[in-house]
Amino acid sequence: MRVGVITFPGTLDDVDAARAVRYAGGEAVSLWHADHDLKNVDAVIVPGGFSYGDYLRCGAIARFAPVMQEVVDAAKKGMPVLGICNGFQILCEAHLLPGALIRNHKLHFVCRDQWLKVENNETAWTSRYDKGAEILVPLKSGEGGYQADRSTLDELEGEGRVVFRYVGENPNGSRNDIAGITSANGRVVGLMPHPEHAIDALTGPTDDGLGMFLSLVDSVVTA
Amino acid sequence: MVKTDTVKNAESTPDQDQPYKELGLKDDEYARIKDILGRRPTDAELAMYSVMWSEHCSYKSSKVHLKYFTDTTTDEMRSKMLAGIGENAGVVDIGDGWAITFKAESHNHPSYVEPYQGAATGVGGIVRDILAMGARPLAVMDPLRFGPADAPDTRRVLPGIVAGVGGYGNCLGLPNIGGEVVFDATYAGNPLVNALCVGAMRVEDLHLAHASGAGNKVILFGARTGLDGIGGVSVLASETFDDSAGAGKRKKLPSVQVGDPFTEKVLIECCLELFAERIVVGIQDLGGAGLACATSELASAGDGGMHVYLDRVPLRASGMTPAEVLSSESQERMCAVVRPEDLDAFMAVCAKWDVIATEIGEVTEGDRLVITWHDEVVLDVPPRTVAHEGPVYHRPIERPADQDALQADTPDKLAKPADDELLDLVKTMAASPNLASKRWVTQQYDRYVRGGTVLAQPADSGMIRIDETTNRGVALSTDCNGRYAKLDPYAGAQLALAEAYRNVATTGATPVAVTNCLNFGSPEDPAVMWQFEQAVKGLADGCVELGIPVTGGNVSFYNQTGATAILPTPVVGVLGVIDDVRRRIPTGIGAEAGETLLLLGETREEFGGSEWAHVVHGHLGGLPPKVDLQREKLLGEVLVAGSRDGMLSAAHDLSDGGLAQALVETCLIGEVGARVFLEGEKFTELFSESTARVLVAVPRTEELRFTDMCTARGLPWRKVGVVDPESEALEIQDLGRLPLTELREAWEGTLPALFD
Repeated sequence: MRVGVITFPGTLDDVDAARAVRYAGGEAVSLWHADHDLKNVDAVIVPGGFSYGDYLRCGAIARFAPVMQEVVDAAKKGMPVLGICNGFQILCEAHLLPGALIRNHKLHFVCRDQWLKVENNETAWTSRYDKGAEILVPLKSGEGGYQADRSTLDELEGEGRVVFRYVGENPNGSRNDIAGITSANGRVVGLMPHPEHAIDALTGPTDDGLGMFLSLVDSVVTA
Repeated sequence: MVKTDTVKNAESTPDQDQPYKELGLKDDEYARIKDILGRRPTDAELAMYSVMWSEHCSYKSSKVHLKYFTDTTTDEMRSKMLAGIGENAGVVDIGDGWAITFKAESHNHPSYVEPYQGAATGVGGIVRDILAMGARPLAVMDPLRFGPADAPDTRRVLPGIVAGVGGYGNCLGLPNIGGEVVFDATYAGNPLVNALCVGAMRVEDLHLAHASGAGNKVILFGARTGLDGIGGVSVLASETFDDSAGAGKRKKLPSVQVGDPFTEKVLIECCLELFAERIVVGIQDLGGAGLACATSELASAGDGGMHVYLDRVPLRASGMTPAEVLSSESQERMCAVVRPEDLDAFMAVCAKWDVIATEIGEVTEGDRLVITWHDEVVLDVPPRTVAHEGPVYHRPIERPADQDALQADTPDKLAKPADDELLDLVKTMAASPNLASKRWVTQQYDRYVRGGTVLAQPADSGMIRIDETTNRGVALSTDCNGRYAKLDPYAGAQLALAEAYRNVATTGATPVAVTNCLNFGSPEDPAVMWQFEQAVKGLADGCVELGIPVTGGNVSFYNQTGATAILPTPVVGVLGVIDDVRRRIPTGIGAEAGETLLLLGETREEFGGSEWAHVVHGHLGGLPPKVDLQREKLLGEVLVAGSRDGMLSAAHDLSDGGLAQALVETCLIGEVGARVFLEGEKFTELFSESTARVLVAVPRTEELRFTDMCTARGLPWRKVGVVDPESEALEIQDLGRLPLTELREAWEGTLPALFD
């Protein structure tokens, strides 16, 4: 089970995503932004950080990286892809997921332990959770407010494609308290919170996030 | 049209007026430069000497005092030190083949002028210092000090500084694991922004900054050089301007530098790859004084001379003069010395990371630093005279005339609260700005990135795992109570040391080394120099008593508004080692069913400089709490032993606000209530700030074993209560109960109400 973890200039949480893959029993494979090469991986994680500094608009430049063209092609063929934080922003910019992420409504970067409700446990990345379960993982972002037009939101809600929702006070002004969404086929998932930072209660608030990586290992084994 | 002032020109125009005073040089310093060179300096030389001989770079007022740190460090204290004072940062061997480097630095003045960029570049600078030692930077901490929390200017300065620290650190990918936020009126016109960075490397990978081996190449890499952060040197530019040529006034950029954390992140990864390939002979970061500092320090520490072709430096502004290129403090730049045969490999790594790298010179035979600008020599100096043999001052020292009166004005005369007012006072104190939760600040900092953070604010110390296989890690705390230091700078520095030491031990780590960031007023004021001398002595003597060395530090003078100096603020950082981070002691109670609360140490009536006197009476006078470093040492040993044997489920240091504040915090962080019983005078029990005390939670099954150990070792202890998960309140016997919801509102509400 080989899981690619992309590094762009300015990627920060690649080491953490790779560690989470290893904790779940997978093999983490480094993918370089400038290469047209997915190194025969079974799935890809686009990790958090500030790709290319994110000075223009989060993820706007990363989507044009050579490796992202390969990711888009592979995703269209059904490869599981997970975008975390900046990775979620990049997947939205690359149109693998609908909508966009904007500045937090209070305009500050927010780092906190955040309760999430699992709304959809039928994606490649969430099968290990019970539907309706609540998990505690870190949220750390300045531009995490999920935005989409009314019809997109209706479509996401109607098709059950909201994967995670914030519990309690909305931390960043996301529409419908959306923390994460999935593609129509449930293979591509993007979320602002960081499950890779909740794989061990020693270094995170819980190990609730490990379920996402275990789910992936399951999905590839059973596929 | 800018005329270049060459060495040849300087020789032929010996009497030309030079703006050395505007650049901060004194008459005798200017005369000494002429003496060294045997002629007047060129513009470029004047720029280099003036920045390198500034207080910031040369430590000219503090040097004679700082020597005391080295003089008092014994061989035994030095045994784990791989590099110490004088290097970019101190390095300590922590076992398992790991070396830790850590250092703090101030960025006070820029942060007042431009809070966001001042604070951001403060973080960037200290991170490069750590990188230059060959280490991977792993975490940052930020001790901050502001004017009164409700002052209008604090609303301008604080949000900008916090956003700057966060904006840079978050984008750089370093967790922020602690620090301080302190408010006091003396910082109103002069906030303190100190930044600490810690990094790790394998012992064999230590890099020291020197340029050895004639023929080796000097490479400048990272960001381009621009007109930002030039400060006083712009005086030279305007002096050499020929306005009549119609060039008009050149646009001046602010003297505060502008940070680009993305470039720094890429620079870090690029440097680490270069280190791993072992193709770097020497490396130096570019910080204060830019290339002037980097080239002169590299050359001065090496065994030869250096030739720099300054016109090869990639610029981001047009028409820059050699003096400006030398003194620019553009951020995110490094300078490396590389063997010629490794040049291609070096350039390939830089190209991979899209880092601009330029060969700007070479190490030469001889002992001169020569800089040319389009084939003309604009600088030709002995580098040691610039970097290591700057002026040294023995500034006048005088104990302030009002020091006796200040110490005589004890808090004894202050009205004490009646017992039925104490419960409200607990809440009032918890809501006061210095004691209130700093969540509003710390939640703007990423504390999780890199996945090694085991403890972060509001824990007593930050803790990171260094080795994922062995779980070895380090803990760090920075502390200083400026009010204590004002009352008695010698004791105040020791109290800062004691608190940082205690905070590290409270999380289960063994303290091993010390760094500092000494923030003081003007060194030209004999009273300030007295404070400084006393603080240095106190800190050094304290370190000897504790047996841990000072490995480095930073001095920041001229922190004052008009004639009013800040409280003397010797911030002390203590590094601790923990062989297995899984045994760390958390701050919050309630992790285990059935815990007893014990107070370790002794409580005396000590309110001089206390938070209570400050909040309730606005009073500062008397003497600070008694220092007892032997007791601190014993307390530390007991805490580490308790952690090692799994006898402690939580621990929290008692400091500002005393037992009351420790109880509030440990309940709120653990999200459980407690029942507490006091002995003796209740007000003193709750609010005294006697040192060498820690509140611990012990699982009932371990209680006897732990208290027996305390008794056997001679550490006073007393049972003060039990954790009560059912009550959801802090109950104090005979006084009443404080519901946690009310306490939380008080503790967490203050900063958002002021700054949201």
